[in-house]
Amino acid sequence: MKKIYFNEEYCMACRLCEIACLVAHSKSKKIIKAYKEEFPSLTPRLIIEQKGPLSFAIQCRHCKDAPCVEACVTGAMKRGKKTGAVSHDREKCVGCWMCIMSCPFGVILMDTKEKKVATKCDLCEDVREPACVDACPNEALVYKEVKGSEKK
Amino acid sequence: MESSASVLCKSSVSVQCIRKANMKKSLLFPDFTVTRDPDKCIQCEVCVRQCAFDAHSFDKEANKIETDNSKCVSCLRCATMCPTGAITVSEHQQNIKKNKNWTEKQLKELYKQSETGGILLTGMGTDKDYKIIWDHILLDAAQVTNPSIDPLREPMELRTYLGAKPDRIEFRVQSSEFRGQNKKLRTTNYELQTKLPPQLKLETPILFSAMSYGAISLNTMRALARAADECGIFYNTGEGGLPKELYKYGKNTIVQVASGRFGVDSDYLDVAAAVEIKVGQGAKPGIGGHLPGEKVTEEISQTRMIPTGTDALSPAPHHDIYSIEDLSQLIYSIKEATGYKKPLSVKVAAVHNIAAIASGIVRAGADIVAIDGLRGGTGAAPTRIRDNVGIPIELAISAVDSRLREEGIRNRASIIAAGGFRNSADVVKAIALGADAVYIGTAALVAMGCHLCQKCYTGKCNWGIATQDPYLVKRLNPEIAARRLVNLIKAWSHEIKEIMGGMGINAVESLRGNRLRLRGFDLHENELKILDIKPAGESM
Repeated sequence: MKKIYFNEEYCMACRLCEIACLVAHSKSKKIIKAYKEEFPSLTPRLIIEQKGPLSFAIQCRHCKDAPCVEACVTGAMKRGKKTGAVSHDREKCVGCWMCIMSCPFGVILMDTKEKKVATKCDLCEDVREPACVDACPNEALVYKEVKGSEKK
Repeated sequence: MESSASVLCKSSVSVQCIRKANMKKSLLFPDFTVTRDPDKCIQCEVCVRQCAFDAHSFDKEANKIETDNSKCVSCLRCATMCPTGAITVSEHQQNIKKNKNWTEKQLKELYKQSETGGILLTGMGTDKDYKIIWDHILLDAAQVTNPSIDPLREPMELRTYLGAKPDRIEFRVQSSEFRGQNKKLRTTNYELQTKLPPQLKLETPILFSAMSYGAISLNTMRALARAADECGIFYNTGEGGLPKELYKYGKNTIVQVASGRFGVDSDYLDVAAAVEIKVGQGAKPGIGGHLPGEKVTEEISQTRMIPTGTDALSPAPHHDIYSIEDLSQLIYSIKEATGYKKPLSVKVAAVHNIAAIASGIVRAGADIVAIDGLRGGTGAAPTRIRDNVGIPIELAISAVDSRLREEGIRNRASIIAAGGFRNSADVVKAIALGADAVYIGTAALVAMGCHLCQKCYTGKCNWGIATQDPYLVKRLNPEIAARRLVNLIKAWSHEIKEIMGGMGINAVESLRGNRLRLRGFDLHENELKILDIKPAGESM
């Protein structure tokens, strides 16, 4: 399956990916409107790690043996049969956050703005290329299929 | 484009220096005004993170981004990266009383110098308002009496060979007869008897100028090397040595031997396709380079073969070259060291006596003469030198080409012209004036993202090009940059073919020195004489 990969060599921590992610998951999908009107209720679905000049953006790895799917008590976190991607259903989620506890990458985040739920990268289901990848000006994020990565 | 400066803080001028100089009140106004559209700004802080000059800052209490105009250098990084297009940078409008002689620029330079007591430093080629002769040369096209050629339908030849060409060539012709099925057949074989001097084969008559590791980042060098490899052309290491990692691009590399001899050893000479002795640079003729110790990182120290943190000083002259005979000695030492297998180039700045100098260089044994004109770029040069020394490349090309022809030695060396080539039309005109190929430096940097803010000497290039700062170097992804360079070379090559086709010429060889196809427009009689072209309106 196609996944988002980062290349820390070219990540400059501009955080444009984070902005694009917020906008892509906003109601209006318009950057200025999203920030000016919806901002407090928006949570990015990726995290940016930074230490000195080293930085990278990381989001859900859609692991093959996803611990979050195992840990989920309601079945909100599940694997899509066709795509193989791990998806999260806000309606089913009860906010127990066991997925957050079990995620080895720490890329499932809390969303407490409305109902307490978990939130994570959905690979921007409806679009050709995830918003963060599209926004990265330096190709430090790439959306591609890596053969053999599924086995791990 | 050798790096850096003469004695940084004490003598050079930057805002920081002025602060350090302990002036109570600076008389300088900012150069630029940064305008932020409050309706568009979303306080995402991308601009804050992208500005290496710290012009933008975020005030948490006010939840507002502030901009210090005095720090802005107009590199336009923030304006380019801003996701909402909220930022515009414009010239600072302060009505300094208009005066044709004492312009705002002159006044600002006086204030800077009176506040720091230093040499004014700058980067890139001169921005002074000199007449650009390229824009006064017009090209011919075929009409009625001679057919033009459609480059999309017919083959066009841009391949160029750089190096000495023999005075004459000898063939051995062997014909032999043999019996075919029904009749006698005759074949003729031609065998070249003359041994050809080594040549550089270019797929298009463009090369990337010398830019040293130190002046530019490793990622920039990687991009240049990859692009040169893909386009079948050459890039030049400048005088900063060649990082081991780039040895694999050796067949597309011209290595420089400059007055500091940085990074020169037998491997360096062996791996390259050609060696260039750098005597001068268009942006700073008569001046050596100075890479401040702070920029000499571990990697650069290894490549340049000098201790970490020490200043890399290139002497103004080569201390072993004080005459054409001395130059000849160095040329032949290098040729001996490389087994006479590589063409040897000598790069000089275009100065008043360039024709005689070029003649001397050819007679000294160089296979290529590279001439860098008045508008040549640099990583750092004193402003006064950059803006006032040298002659325009247009005049230098024709002066050198004419002189070498008169002396009957034009075939003994190729001419590479450098210094401010902006587009493919400039290239075509340079070749028609007599150059074999051109070096492009600034155009290549612009293709990679440079916005000509001329702050290369600060080492804070926001585009990740002229910097060694690990935070900034990452901003240039060599894959993207190489792609952009390849596109540029491809585009120019297409355009050159298109222009040549219009002139009814199908090989760049037939364009070279073809001054009959050029006309001067709005040029002085003396300029026409030196360019050896006719004024527009005059027939063949």
